[in-house]
Amino acid sequence: MGIVTPGFRGRARSDDERLPPGQYLVEDFPVLSAGPTPRVRTENWRFTVTTEAGRKHEWSWDDLVALPSETPTVDIHCVTRWSKLSTTWRGVSLDTLLEDVDTAADHVMVESHGGYTTNLPLEDLLDGQAWIAYEFEGEDLPAEHGGPARLLVPHLYFWKSAKWVEGLRLMLDDDLGFWEAAGYHSYGDPWREQRYQGD
Amino acid sequence: MVQGKLAWRVGRLAAVRDETPSARTLALDVPGWPGHLAGQHVDLRLTAADGYRTTRTYSLAAPAEGERVEVTVQRVPDGEVSPYLTEVFTVGDPIELRGPVGGWFVWRPTAPDPVMLVAGGAGIVPLMAMIRARRRAGSRAPFKLLYSVRTPEDVYYADELRRPEPGLDVTIRYTRKGPDGRPGEPHRIGVADVNTAGWPAEFSPQCFVCGPTGFVETVADILVALGHDARRVKTERFGPSGS
Repeated sequence: MGIVTPGFRGRARSDDERLPPGQYLVEDFPVLSAGPTPRVRTENWRFTVTTEAGRKHEWSWDDLVALPSETPTVDIHCVTRWSKLSTTWRGVSLDTLLEDVDTAADHVMVESHGGYTTNLPLEDLLDGQAWIAYEFEGEDLPAEHGGPARLLVPHLYFWKSAKWVEGLRLMLDDDLGFWEAAGYHSYGDPWREQRYQGD
Repeated sequence: MVQGKLAWRVGRLAAVRDETPSARTLALDVPGWPGHLAGQHVDLRLTAADGYRTTRTYSLAAPAEGERVEVTVQRVPDGEVSPYLTEVFTVGDPIELRGPVGGWFVWRPTAPDPVMLVAGGAGIVPLMAMIRARRRAGSRAPFKLLYSVRTPEDVYYADELRRPEPGLDVTIRYTRKGPDGRPGEPHRIGVADVNTAGWPAEFSPQCFVCGPTGFVETVADILVALGHDARRVKTERFGPSGS
């Protein structure tokens, strides 16, 4: 299905295999948030993982930055169609943070300062696929990009990489987060172009 | 079978209106359009003769008139899509679209509370849809618009915004050059502008802020600093503005 748009030629075709369908490359780093940027102070910062049994695991800022960190270089893809290649971050792998957490949950609700939430399968946070990131390109992560720390889960559309992350709630059953409840896709795989519910 | 909101439909360009030397409103007739809320978007999909495809998202500029919808496109020099839509795309031409999309940055005509709209440049588009939806619904919700543009030539919907309308206050601020003979230095919007042109925080208005990233960051911070509840401040930041 599809019709030709008369007189439209488009740009030189990108044969970049790193660009998912429907995306285009940007050099800058756009900011997209639903409300004012919260200013979260590291001295008050807490990251909490709550299991389905209600058990809490907590980290302060000092705890977080004392953990072994990794510096992933990843491509990121926003559902608003921009992609940015080879971005470098520093953060703590979720494998490290979840190491001692005892859970039977398959689902996670990510919770952020200000009430933002997003849901994803637990397995998408494991095996070197996700980090709690606190540096971008060698600098402290700016507040407008989710600093002091955000979730980084680059293989899904970037709204899943929740800014100003405060915690993870482990769940036996799936539930919908902020954008997911507003009609965006529950999983959000850029390579399958899962932008909206039903894609 | 009824087509869902996410089905691609074929619309046709019915009329164009140049808002500024670089921005054009496209009125599209879309058979089966399901209607939309002010603030929502539409995806436009363009296909070249060799099958190459690209999609862009635009804010809807007005409530639907039956099956007619409007977007306003700002031409971005060297853009892939906006030069086509503003210079080549001709009345009668087909285009694929789907929507409406988005359920967060929306104003519902049943909401009685005061509304503060703050626009930076092309950020006026979804806010104009709210002003027009208010008028269409005969809503009595009191509205204030603060609109920041570079020069008087850059004002979208200028005639419509100049017409007095009960319950709508419009304040325009110029960042580079003001109208001739008008006092007041051009300047970027600051605390005093938001405070003067807006509602007191204790009125608990709904605030909608739309524009380039830096502008939205500044205005949203000011609103919070003036005591507005961050949960009542909805923002839409233009990323790489739909080139």
